[in-house]
Amino acid sequence: MADTEYRPKWNWRKYLPRILQYAVLSLIVVVVFVPIVMMIFSGLKSRGEAYTNPYTLPIPPKWDNVIYILTRPNFWTMLGNSLLVMAGTTILVLLVTSLAAFVFARMKFRSKDLMFNIITLGLMFPITIAILPVYLLIRQMHLPDTLLAIVLIQTAFALSGNIMILRGFFLSIPVELEDASYIDGCTAFDFFWRILLPMARPALAAVGALVMITSWNDLLVPLVIINKETLWTLPLGTMQFQGQYGMDISLVNAFVTLSALPTIIFYFFAERQIVSGLTAGAVKG
Amino acid sequence: MDTAANRGIAQKPRRTPLLTYKAQNNLTIFLFLLPAFVLFLMFIVYPILQSVYYSFFSWKGFGPATDFVGLDNFGQILKDTIFHKAILNGLLIIVLSLSIQLPMSLALAIMVGRNLPGRAFFRMIFFMPYVISEVITAIAFMGLYNPDPTRGLFNAILVLIPGAKAIGWLGDTNLVLPCLFVVLTWKYFGLHMLLFLAGLQSIPTEVEEAARIDGANTWQLLRYITLPMLGNTIRTCVYLSTLGSLQQFILVWIMTKGGPVNASEVMSTYMYRYSFVRFWLGYGSAVAIVMLLISLVFSIGYLRIVRQPEYLGAQ
Repeated sequence: MADTEYRPKWNWRKYLPRILQYAVLSLIVVVVFVPIVMMIFSGLKSRGEAYTNPYTLPIPPKWDNVIYILTRPNFWTMLGNSLLVMAGTTILVLLVTSLAAFVFARMKFRSKDLMFNIITLGLMFPITIAILPVYLLIRQMHLPDTLLAIVLIQTAFALSGNIMILRGFFLSIPVELEDASYIDGCTAFDFFWRILLPMARPALAAVGALVMITSWNDLLVPLVIINKETLWTLPLGTMQFQGQYGMDISLVNAFVTLSALPTIIFYFFAERQIVSGLTAGAVKG
Repeated sequence: MDTAANRGIAQKPRRTPLLTYKAQNNLTIFLFLLPAFVLFLMFIVYPILQSVYYSFFSWKGFGPATDFVGLDNFGQILKDTIFHKAILNGLLIIVLSLSIQLPMSLALAIMVGRNLPGRAFFRMIFFMPYVISEVITAIAFMGLYNPDPTRGLFNAILVLIPGAKAIGWLGDTNLVLPCLFVVLTWKYFGLHMLLFLAGLQSIPTEVEEAARIDGANTWQLLRYITLPMLGNTIRTCVYLSTLGSLQQFILVWIMTKGGPVNASEVMSTYMYRYSFVRFWLGYGSAVAIVMLLISLVFSIGYLRIVRQPEYLGAQ
């Protein structure tokens, strides 16, 4: 009975650190949400409201800006271009990196280390730094103003990191499986195609999700390569829209919100894949 | 059953192979590596070598580069006080990232820890800014930084404090860089937290339990068990954070264009201005080469001296 008298005080001491922990974490959650929520709220107000009471809830929400954007073709064209680029880059990256990663993980040949080192060197040439050299090349190839150029550049610069990630996954598949398949008469290609790839599906999903996000969000390459308005991708269009309608805060915010929506939805579905792709290799601690 | 194995045995000896086993293997290696190397050589190696060539010319992009100037471009870059400013700003961002952003991510990772109820929720929310594009981040924060308290949230909160006046934020030459750093932190702390979480996950629970039983308190546990065992993850994060800071472009370009009066200039905005705004392609190439050398020297030095991080993912 005496116990019950003590318990509240004892509990309080025990749970205080936990409560503080949750308080700090919740504060950070708020900080993460503020910019996003402010943007969404502003997008759901009329232009006048956005100026007169910018910090209130958008009640009732005004869908005018959203409808205005969705009923004009520009937004959908940009969305289509972004989807095309993303699909192209993702398929190409998965194809090229899985082939190369297989060779580096599973085959034996003389210059393997040298070749792998050359590929890893690519990590030291990030696209931000190499953008002018790449632009000059594209100009020589007469490819500016094509989505194909974006796909090729994004793929080239995604190779090194993703070959390394996939190689790590491929290395973790037991050698016994490979030996067994060779004894059964498989060629290297059979083993790759029929056994390794199906087993590596989670790894491919992780790399795929990561590449999709990177490609979808990329602004630098389209900014430099694309002039024609009909070829703008969503990030490029968002930047131009902001420049053009900067005064109409609520319209810009509606546009930005709409262009953020696909990413956020995708993120909530593919969080696991994205996270596992990013932490691949780091888990060894 | 008609499996590949059965067929292999049944048809023994198989049709005489066109190639020996070894030749076939070599062909596989060649064909599998070909696409990666073609893309790599064509879109990374060749352009960079070509830019090394252009960097010796004064070239505005019309016609072939003919005006050979030797190392003049490089001399000019190293003399330019704006470029010095860009390097200093880059270093400042690196110092701030390593001293504030990484410890903060680490602290959050430890708080979220291994088995806090709600762990998955916090992880999901904290990592979200990383997947939101830089354009959207930039535009959202430009709204918050609006100098007018009736429009920008930060000033609206600030003026609630008695005696405080609205601040110019991005328009203030002294404040613009810290303001950009806040945005960088908002966007990237989740990535580092995620890597730290993965690192924490790999520490065997037995070690911590043993220390607990030996009477270690939380602080000692952290200082003598957790941090040392996170060593590799910390080194990886330092590497990624430094390299990432050197590569920042879009956020800075959209929010400030390197201004006001070059106060937020970084190497990439400097390079972009000369290459794609002024179209001094020879000079821009030289800037790109300088940037490449800096990032290469840092990478190789770090990997040699500190150690190879296990993770070197793109971006």
